[in-house]
Amino acid sequence: MIGSAPARTRVALRVRVDPVACDAYGFCAELLPERVTLDEWGYPVVDGTPLDRTLVELATRAAAECPRRAFLLEQVAADR
Amino acid sequence: MTTTTHRSDERLLHAGPGGPSDPGLAGHLALHGPLGIPRHDDPAWAEALRAEVAASGLSGRGGGGFPAALKWDSVLRTNRRPLVVVNAMEGEPASAKDRALLAWSPHLVLDGAEAVAAASGARSVVVCVADDRDDSARAVQRAVTERAATGARCSISVERPPARYVTGEESALVSWIERRVARPSLRVDKSVPLRVGRRPVLLHNAETLAQVALIARHGAPWFRALGSPDAPGTTLVTVSGAVASPGVVEVELGTAVDEVVARCGPTGPLAGYLVGGYGGAWLAPELGATPLAPGPLARVGATLGVGIIVALPVGSCGIAETARVARWMAGESAGQCGPCVFGLPAVADDLELLAAGRADADVLARVEERSRSIAGRGACRHPDGVVRMVRSALTVFAADAARHAAGDPCEGRHAPSLLPVPAAPAVSGGAS
Repeated sequence: MIGSAPARTRVALRVRVDPVACDAYGFCAELLPERVTLDEWGYPVVDGTPLDRTLVELATRAAAECPRRAFLLEQVAADR
Repeated sequence: MTTTTHRSDERLLHAGPGGPSDPGLAGHLALHGPLGIPRHDDPAWAEALRAEVAASGLSGRGGGGFPAALKWDSVLRTNRRPLVVVNAMEGEPASAKDRALLAWSPHLVLDGAEAVAAASGARSVVVCVADDRDDSARAVQRAVTERAATGARCSISVERPPARYVTGEESALVSWIERRVARPSLRVDKSVPLRVGRRPVLLHNAETLAQVALIARHGAPWFRALGSPDAPGTTLVTVSGAVASPGVVEVELGTAVDEVVARCGPTGPLAGYLVGGYGGAWLAPELGATPLAPGPLARVGATLGVGIIVALPVGSCGIAETARVARWMAGESAGQCGPCVFGLPAVADDLELLAAGRADADVLARVEERSRSIAGRGACRHPDGVVRMVRSALTVFAADAARHAAGDPCEGRHAPSLLPVPAAPAVSGGAS
């Protein structure tokens, strides 16, 4: 019930690109199409909304596979 | 009543009997009074100044508009002696305010820098003046030498980074100081200060520091007596374009855009105002009454930027002007981020074809779509500023854009360019 419990915050993850490091390999868009599309030059356009549990594993893999280490997971405070 | 040549809203440009020229240290002190910076660390003095600057509501005058006191706090939290950097790069081609300030009142800027250094425990100050601004560098060096003779608190050196638009960006300037490469970096958390070696960097625009020098003397209530509660104080504005007396004026924040232009003698009806600089936005003539302050400008999609207004006369082509600027700004990219490297030239290509009446039918939709896609995807805000200006041009000059898109070029595109762009190395023939 809204308002009946104290507000709690938990940490969520979202994806982000370091545009300086990114060289448009495009692996991230293949591994996480739910959150990454490529622009007309092949650079990623990311949706930075918090990742639900099902996507965290895929995002972690996308970050690990990026040859330029430009695909990042960062923590955000999420409500609830 | 005494006769004065300055206006009541001229604080930074408050000129002595000699008029607007550097009065030297003695003249400066006669004009503004002593400042009394302690020679040694003095926590009580430091905290008093910090509190005064916080109460003044002073925001940075270099384009970002970040509260000056919050910048200090982020550096003080590190518990390390910072390096104070004075950003007088002024890479905006339509801006002349920092040059004017250094020519007329270099000691006010250095007062502010020394005060900030004393308040933050810094022992050295670096003043950055672009390598094509010899007059400004000489003015600062002369002032530094004068102060050294009286026993300055900290060492002040003048550095000459390359004169490029992006060099003035905070992280690019710090990178140049540290490793002589002026490239912006991605800052995930802006409350964490940049560093040179292990020292946190406290970087302010030259005008911001001159304002600190006045707040240190006269206090926050005096500062807030001009301007509005949300945007207190005065600011320097460089006015150019269709005016009889282009130049730098000092106005209260919140002064209407058209009133600022009126002070410089508009020469005829206007097609629009470029506000904020080349990363700013065009305003339609009907919006001339918009107050020159961050909030009101944001509500009409514009930004205060570095205090620039260019008055575009009827008969000039806003699309052609924007195309020229977009092309130059594309070339000023640091070349690091894909959306900036590929996106800005693509947008400039389309704008040039549009102005010439040679674009295809989809050009307006394509520019809009690319502009939306580019924004927010660089490490720094360079591309964001360019596309903001481009999108505002397509709105303010929508009727012209539609005509050009239909194959009808504007006669105004051959009018002399009002927006200055520094000469690029010639790569092909064409108009000079």
